[in-house]
Amino acid sequence: MRGSSPRMTAVRAGRSRIMQKQSVFHSKFLPYMLVLPQLAVVLVFFYWPAVQAVIQSFLLQDAFGLSTTFVWFDNYRELMSDPDYFSAILRTFLFSVAIALSSLSLALLLAVMADRPLRGSTFYRTLLIWPYAVAPPVVGVLWVFMLNPSLGVIAHGLRAIGIDWNPLLDGNQAATLIILAAAWKQISYNFLFFLAGLQAIPSSVIEAAAIDGARPMRRFWTIIFPLLSPTIFFLIVVNIVYAFFETFGIIDTMTRGGPAKATETLVYKVYSDGLLGGNLGSSAAQSVILMGIVIALTAFQFRFVERKVNY
Amino acid sequence: MVEHRKFGNLLPHLVLWTGILIVAFPVYIAFVASTQDNATIANGQMSLLPGGHFLETYYKTLFVGTSGTTREPVGTMLFNSFVMAMMIAVGKIAISLISAYAIVYFRFPFRMTIFWLIFITLMLPVEVRIYPTYKIVADLHLLDSYAGLTLPLIASATATLLFRQFFMTVPDELLEASRIDGAGPFRFFWDTLLPLSRTNMAALFVILFILGWNQYLWPLLITTRDDMQTIQIGIRKMIVTSDALTEWPVVMATAILAMLPPVAVVVLMQKLFVRGLVETEK
Repeated sequence: MRGSSPRMTAVRAGRSRIMQKQSVFHSKFLPYMLVLPQLAVVLVFFYWPAVQAVIQSFLLQDAFGLSTTFVWFDNYRELMSDPDYFSAILRTFLFSVAIALSSLSLALLLAVMADRPLRGSTFYRTLLIWPYAVAPPVVGVLWVFMLNPSLGVIAHGLRAIGIDWNPLLDGNQAATLIILAAAWKQISYNFLFFLAGLQAIPSSVIEAAAIDGARPMRRFWTIIFPLLSPTIFFLIVVNIVYAFFETFGIIDTMTRGGPAKATETLVYKVYSDGLLGGNLGSSAAQSVILMGIVIALTAFQFRFVERKVNY
Repeated sequence: MVEHRKFGNLLPHLVLWTGILIVAFPVYIAFVASTQDNATIANGQMSLLPGGHFLETYYKTLFVGTSGTTREPVGTMLFNSFVMAMMIAVGKIAISLISAYAIVYFRFPFRMTIFWLIFITLMLPVEVRIYPTYKIVADLHLLDSYAGLTLPLIASATATLLFRQFFMTVPDELLEASRIDGAGPFRFFWDTLLPLSRTNMAALFVILFILGWNQYLWPLLITTRDDMQTIQIGIRKMIVTSDALTEWPVVMATAILAMLPPVAVVVLMQKLFVRGLVETEK
């Protein structure tokens, strides 16, 4: 994944007042030498490009790349009035919801089933978590092969039951393909965290409900599900971030944003506009908007996931 | 379980096996395809049982490469991916260990400023600053080099925060004890703190290796030479838009080879993997 992972830890770290040990070493230069490598890498490869992105988003380059002019918010205004960009935003959100919903529900079902004293439960866990390690482009290749209209195994099956399957021409089918593949990869991650969440629920609570006569389904919805809510909200945010960023590799190997932009997400658009169109100003403005979205998601996670959804 | 069930645990076993089949099916198909010959697959006549071309396909994939599209053998790509993953994992752990050490065990001006400068990098993945970063790497003449491939991905705070958190839990008495023994900051770090951090380092290494191995967008932009390609990039270039030209057995063998190392890491080092994953995310 990306560097955006341990946000929860970071915020806890940031919030805590006690930031240091009572007893420490004293040295004038040594601590600076120790932080120098990380600081250098972060400044050169993180802050400098981030600042560049913001600056570039206010500039307009001519067709030959010879001169640039400062255009204030023109790049943003242009983006906002671009129907293509608007549909990319909508599409990205739809993808996120579809991927998160399908992957989370299947993973929750599997985790609930695995959270019992079953024979071979470690074996089951191993066989369910390994897809985490499969890279998005490889996931794309696996699925594009199975669903290839002329030679794919599943595509043949779909034909046999009368579905006119051709994701190379049909945008909705291409989108379904991306969602399926992306959700498939994310099952293992969600499963792992659901299982950890379930195992943290004390069995005495569930036994007490059983003594009161609550049947398994009722116990699940009235006790287990509410107690899992912090895990669920955490996973929703992680899945949305995943759908935003990690799907790039899947999309690039499966559909390359097509047909007719039917699978072009925000990240894919930043990539293709900058690479193929060469419109760096617009690409930079899109990057800045993406940064905004990520920061908003992170803030949302801090405010609501960390504090409100508690039991 | 709480109540006695009529059919024992039949339902959970059934559901879990269905889940395992869903999860394994695409990989099984890929493996089967990698053992059959190209003509059969191109005709749509692929059998669902392994064929007899296993050795032939994998030899060709590893040492020769596809005939038409990328001429690079997958062996080279595997090597590049391995170097990249190792550099990202080791580099990140090394620089974060020492910076976390400085932040926790020293008191110096701008300590908190530096901490926040590092902390903020958590928020923004490389994807959102991709072209400006590309330009900087190009200006530094680092395109098509391992340094250019890995340095921008090392620039994040994940590991630093983890080590900081861990160092905070190390009892102060240890520092005082080694002080009495006359140990300076280097000795304490090397003899006391590093051995204590071993499990954390291993767990983090497992996660970072997988993440490094699976990088895609960044290598896609900055590698132009065929011999610098990682396996994730190579596999994409093997798929040609016209189906007739794609050598599917080789592509599928490459997919299997690409997932083998990280999957092996997850399966063989499951405890460390789960620990690393839960710790880096929560």
